[in-house]
Amino acid sequence: MADYKGVMVCTEQKHGKFHRVSFELLAQAQILAKKLGEPVYCSVLGPSNLDLSQLTSRGADEIFMVSDDNAFEYPDVMLTTDNLAQIIEKVKPSVCLFGATSFGRSLAPRIAARFGCGLTADCTGLDIDESGNLIQIRPAFSENILAHILSSARPQMATIRYKEFDEQTPVEGLKSNVKHFDFKDSSVGLIETLREIKQEDFNITDASVVVSAGKGLKTPEDIKLIETLAKALGGVVGGSRPLIDEGFLTKPHQVGYSGNRVKPKLYVACGISGAPQHQAGMKEADIILAINTDPSAPIFNIADYGIVGDLYQVIPSLIEAIEKR
Amino acid sequence: MRIVVMVKQVPDMERVKFDQEKGTIDRKSAGTEMNPFDLNALEAAVQVKEELGAEVVAISMGPPNAEEVIKESIARGADHGVLLSDRRFGGSDVKATSNALAYGIKTIEREYGKVDLVICGMQTVDGDTGQVGPEVAEFLNIPHIAYVEGVERVDEESIDVVCDIWEGVYVKKLKYPGLLTVTKSLNNPRLPSFKNKMAAKKYQVPVWNPDNFGEGISEDLFGSKGSPTRVRRVVVPKSHVRAGKVWREDFDTAFDEIIKRLGDERVLEVNNG
Repeated sequence: MADYKGVMVCTEQKHGKFHRVSFELLAQAQILAKKLGEPVYCSVLGPSNLDLSQLTSRGADEIFMVSDDNAFEYPDVMLTTDNLAQIIEKVKPSVCLFGATSFGRSLAPRIAARFGCGLTADCTGLDIDESGNLIQIRPAFSENILAHILSSARPQMATIRYKEFDEQTPVEGLKSNVKHFDFKDSSVGLIETLREIKQEDFNITDASVVVSAGKGLKTPEDIKLIETLAKALGGVVGGSRPLIDEGFLTKPHQVGYSGNRVKPKLYVACGISGAPQHQAGMKEADIILAINTDPSAPIFNIADYGIVGDLYQVIPSLIEAIEKR
Repeated sequence: MRIVVMVKQVPDMERVKFDQEKGTIDRKSAGTEMNPFDLNALEAAVQVKEELGAEVVAISMGPPNAEEVIKESIARGADHGVLLSDRRFGGSDVKATSNALAYGIKTIEREYGKVDLVICGMQTVDGDTGQVGPEVAEFLNIPHIAYVEGVERVDEESIDVVCDIWEGVYVKKLKYPGLLTVTKSLNNPRLPSFKNKMAAKKYQVPVWNPDNFGEGISEDLFGSKGSPTRVRRVVVPKSHVRAGKVWREDFDTAFDEIIKRLGDERVLEVNNG
């Protein structure tokens, strides 16, 4: 165990751009590394022209990189596993942190199984105990409890929820050592990417205002009403699962347990009853406004402001009030 | 062609009662059901079976009464099912669970024949980690694709699937043997047919323990001995209930108050540029 040192952020990139969760992890890695008196590492797999200064300015002491201009063009778990595994084997970090993104949640278990170590999913908190072990804190049972989990094996691995922590602010004048590793082909077998389906360029998790609709919305045309309110508030449109299932909105707009978790400054829930699955995706919003005809809808329990009324009447007058302001 | 579907018996999370003091759920307070995502995994396997003529084998790990979930798999179209149940599996974390399931699948290969494809739900609603599928794939040394949302094409060599990774939707080809974890958008699970229900009733579920896996496999791989993680303590977080203000009439006053707050907190200004 004494051989293992350092807190490694396993960064994620696509088309030469780092995922923001990597910057959030760097902030956490620094806090942990300071408590341990150990360095902050970053592993990077990507094209050779990746801008590593984004990691340096956010406190990476050492960067371990496998560069290949083609291999990492599309997210490929199998290739990433083998290349990341060779870094971890050599560097022996004490802690490995992954973003709990769809890619990170697919990659981290493979890495953990390969090294025979533990892995805690979707952590919302991290700490170091009196013996220098990583305390991995994760919500469980529909977020009714927070479990504090320890790993007996090294490295100690965890995936961390996106948007749970603030990003590390870049600082000028920092330095990192960069060490390059040779590219390795997958040993298990490749998954061929046949094509990327073009998708609307839309990211609900970045919006500071989200206006969502639920089953209270009657027809797909009525999305226009939600859009008008979203526009008046400078926000974007989201929806609960039934609306996505019905085809009113596409998947990137889905808020909830099986969709996106959002943490905007303002969340407006229109005609959404507030099932636990939906709440899991939005209850961390700074301000929640709920509009629903049913006064007993659970959404009112977590709303800062509740309006018991028909969204078809309430929203137009709310838009008017905003515009009049 | 042979497909293994991994299923789990979970408490009905909508109804299960939660002990805020102890930080545990009272599993007796609600019924059990098949993990909802596993229904989609099973449906996907049955659809391949209908198209190509595959044999579908369900596998689960759990207490003896988890044989119910195997019987349900038969009712929903699986041909066979196996339950891993033994006290030596008790206290398993993700790694120990995945190890046991991987050995279970290897044993299925021995008993029933070569396994081409393993399918499971993207996560369970009680454990909620989504880690077991990829770990099983690693222990079996086969590739995997997670969060599958659609199947474009399938034959006896490979399957083309649609999956969503970080704002990109990809079509990927998995050559067998391999593992898929699937989302709810993949399909609409059908209800059990009368004929299959009768077959399920009569089905004798084989129950396996570590001894069934073969010679020379250490028991220390399973259960709490095979689990590198442990829960140190459990904390009940502060309730998320907000001191909400609710209006049933006089919405204009409501709007004034809300819009003032949005102005004070610079929600509106920031967004207006």
